Amino acid sequence: MPATPAPHVNDFTIKIATVNGTGSASANTLLMKSIFRSGIPVMGKNYFPSNIQGLPTWYEIRITRDGYVARAGKVDIMVAMNAETYARDAREVAPGGYLVYDSTWPRPALLKREDVTVLGVPLAKMCNENFNGVRTRILMKNICYAGVLAALLDLDLARIRELLAETYAKKPQLVESNMKAIQLGYDYARANFSCPLALHVAPMDKTSGHILIDGNTAAALGCVFAGATVGAWYPITPSTSLMDAFKSFGERLRVDKDTGRKNFAFIQAEDELSAIGMVIGAMWNGARAFTATSGPGISLMNEFLGLAYYAEVPAVIFDIQRVGPSTGMPTRTQQCDLLLAAYASHGDTRHVCLYPSNPEECFYMAVQAFDLAERLQTPVMVLSDLDIGMNDWMCRDLKWDDSYRPDRGKMLSKEEILKLEKFHRFVDKDGDGITARTLPGVHPKAAYFTRGSGHTKFGTYTEDSAEYQEVLDRLMVKWGTAKKLVPRAVIDATAGSKVGLVSIGSCDGAIHEAMDLLKQQGVTVDYMRVRAFPFSEDVERFLEAHETLFVIEQNRDAQLRSLLTLETGVDKKKLRSLLHYDGLPISSAFIVEGVLAELHPQAKPKGAARA
Amino acid sequence: MTFIAKPKVAHPSLPKNALGFTRRDYEGSLSTLCAGCGHDSITAAIVEASWGLDLQPQNMVKLSGIGCSSKTTAYFVSGGHGFNSVHGRMPSIAMGANAANRDLTYIGVSGDGDTLSIGLGQFCHAIRRNLNMLYIIENNGVYGLTKGQFSASADVGTKAKKGETNQQPPIDPVLLAMTLGASFVARSFSGDKEQLVPLIQAGLRHRGFALIDVLSPCVTFNDHEGSTKSYAYTREHYEPAVHADFVPLQREITASYKQGESIPVVMHDGSRIVLRKLDASYDPTDRVNAAAHIQARLKEGEYLTGLLHIEASQNEFHEVNATPDAPLNSLPFEALSPGSKGLEKILARYR
Repeated sequence: MPATPAPHVNDFTIKIATVNGTGSASANTLLMKSIFRSGIPVMGKNYFPSNIQGLPTWYEIRITRDGYVARAGKVDIMVAMNAETYARDAREVAPGGYLVYDSTWPRPALLKREDVTVLGVPLAKMCNENFNGVRTRILMKNICYAGVLAALLDLDLARIRELLAETYAKKPQLVESNMKAIQLGYDYARANFSCPLALHVAPMDKTSGHILIDGNTAAALGCVFAGATVGAWYPITPSTSLMDAFKSFGERLRVDKDTGRKNFAFIQAEDELSAIGMVIGAMWNGARAFTATSGPGISLMNEFLGLAYYAEVPAVIFDIQRVGPSTGMPTRTQQCDLLLAAYASHGDTRHVCLYPSNPEECFYMAVQAFDLAERLQTPVMVLSDLDIGMNDWMCRDLKWDDSYRPDRGKMLSKEEILKLEKFHRFVDKDGDGITARTLPGVHPKAAYFTRGSGHTKFGTYTEDSAEYQEVLDRLMVKWGTAKKLVPRAVIDATAGSKVGLVSIGSCDGAIHEAMDLLKQQGVTVDYMRVRAFPFSEDVERFLEAHETLFVIEQNRDAQLRSLLTLETGVDKKKLRSLLHYDGLPISSAFIVEGVLAELHPQAKPKGAARA
Repeated sequence: MTFIAKPKVAHPSLPKNALGFTRRDYEGSLSTLCAGCGHDSITAAIVEASWGLDLQPQNMVKLSGIGCSSKTTAYFVSGGHGFNSVHGRMPSIAMGANAANRDLTYIGVSGDGDTLSIGLGQFCHAIRRNLNMLYIIENNGVYGLTKGQFSASADVGTKAKKGETNQQPPIDPVLLAMTLGASFVARSFSGDKEQLVPLIQAGLRHRGFALIDVLSPCVTFNDHEGSTKSYAYTREHYEPAVHADFVPLQREITASYKQGESIPVVMHDGSRIVLRKLDASYDPTDRVNAAAHIQARLKEGEYLTGLLHIEASQNEFHEVNATPDAPLNSLPFEALSPGSKGLEKILARYR
């Protein structure tokens, strides 16, 4: 066991302000990974513009010895590489913090803050002197600041070299040029500042058994492991990287070395309507198929989602939520599709939704989504968000049980069909609301007609009230079965408090941290994280058992709260909303302030929105 | 309504195909379309063509969108699965279904509203992907179920039943498909079974997207004086340019063709289409000239019909995607999931 570290060691946040399209991502990943490989928990958040090149972009690295995964809500070291945002970046540094900037062009007036230590490094000058070519000089300037930080934070240069060697395994000359840039920054910092800073890193042993991964990659991996063979989508931020990852895993893992044949179909559709249509067609025909999209795509998919619900065709949809309404802010995060997804499409429709809280859960829920979709013969939506999907999170190692086999649900084999006197598509034989289905091409006796128009339990067209209603009512029986099959809520009632926090998805990290902070202030609370719609029965019980409930979510309209009041018997008066919807991931400070403001109104801190 | 079951009584003397099926085995439920509807003749032609090709009914997948035409997938081959989806989106369902199982025969039936208005985008992109299916448009220039509005295939100057004149230029699916690179483009008339049946057979055997635009008069809303999609008008302005005889594998070419008039086209499975040029100046294998020809005749109000364009050599979706010969939905799970050892290797990249 290492000794308890000094207050500033392994517990601070670095924010790097650059211009997008300048290659800063590789420098930031390099920093993150070298810290992670030193055994120190680390978290990365990327705040990027909806733009290709030239707009401001920020990357936040939180070094957190306690293993918290949320945004810190403050910045201790700012690396200000973008002159356009110097002023706001300088303002954001916490008192006692540091500001690193490119002093090739000194900015004494702009950077005048007495409570912050300003560290000027002539990055551009050094890179211009040591590298040729405009593009190389810009890229190396970013690698160079990583070298400066390596000196300031006491990072291991050998580890950085090791990472570069892995990244550029096929281009060894790049290892040397990158190391040269690292060394330039490193040497300059060592010669001019007192290194390391009080804020620095010291090796720990808290990352073994863990990985650094983003949720879209993990979800794509889940699709590969679940045996998905058809991926259809229309490009949309922030979901595209999920499909990119599926394609690249497929090309590595699913291509026959001898024939070059691919055990998957990857289809870029003309729009989201078509993408969901392809998924429905493929799953109707027995392949595991999925699409990934974001809010605007779900809006477009509504009609098809209603068809799949009513015609009882499985489908798996990943909604990587981003800021709405409309185009909104495509590169910022929110949980704003909760209601849209739950009741998508016209008529009486309701859909199974899963709410992962981190990349690890994205992986497992991706697999679960296929099993549930096929078991329940209905669309299943996995509601991730931009924060989970596109940021690097430290997660426990993903595990795989080799005894897993896909649950294909009540899909009749040829042998089963032959035993039947007659096949009826929508006759419920065992009372769970789920009826047997067949695949095209198996046997003529198994043929049926799939339709979104009114149908009888035999699958034939009807305009008869009773026949129509019989099918619609059975769908509600099936919904009851879904309640028992979906993942239960995660409940922490160890505090035995009368106050409960209720939340969903990516708020989870900030809530765990907030609960620790509240405890330090003498406030203990219980916590329930809802993981699926329909709500399992334990959700109702938790709501029942607590006097005051804070519903914490990342949207303006308290959508989770609405769902809870619509679908459970909870007394509305017990529910207090803590709503975070500025597009940045929720922080623990926001939650602590919100809870304290309500529980101790006399000492009301500002900044928390309440409804 | 389609809930009326057709009695399955077949006279013992009915001819049987190679699989031992009679034509009755390729029928579906009773049509609920208006008496005399052109669509019913097309349904009958599909039945005849499928029977003649000895297709296993269970291997036929019938797909449609919404509209009078889309209802007809319930009226043929009840032994095959059918999917009546949403308006204008049948091509995406077909794409997904075909991606899952490349071994089945996919036949889509759509209308001019379903294809040329609400579904124009999906129609175009299915062609671009060269989705292996037969796509039939039952084209009557009018919306039937909503009672007589013009569709996007209505000609300029054509009169609605209530007297209104269409002012907007039509979208011609044949020219559009040729522009987009379709490799099998045909036009026919619901009243010409002799032309239509072999076209359907050739379309079903064509590897890739096969389009047949079938002029199919709406007896209720578009069969009056002043309409350019009425039976009378179509009969008068319809001109076969190329007749296609479909010759199944291992069958002799029995028809006699005059020297220089016939063009045999060999399909991927060895079966053949013999094209008979009825218009000597028309060459269906020359996309640019054929399109110019069709367009020139359209300007004169004449529909050239037959197999208007064919190109046998293009790659269909699965060939481009390099999917295996075995359908994706038949691959064993073990071939798809890398297992715990595979996962361990993958995770090394994220440490």
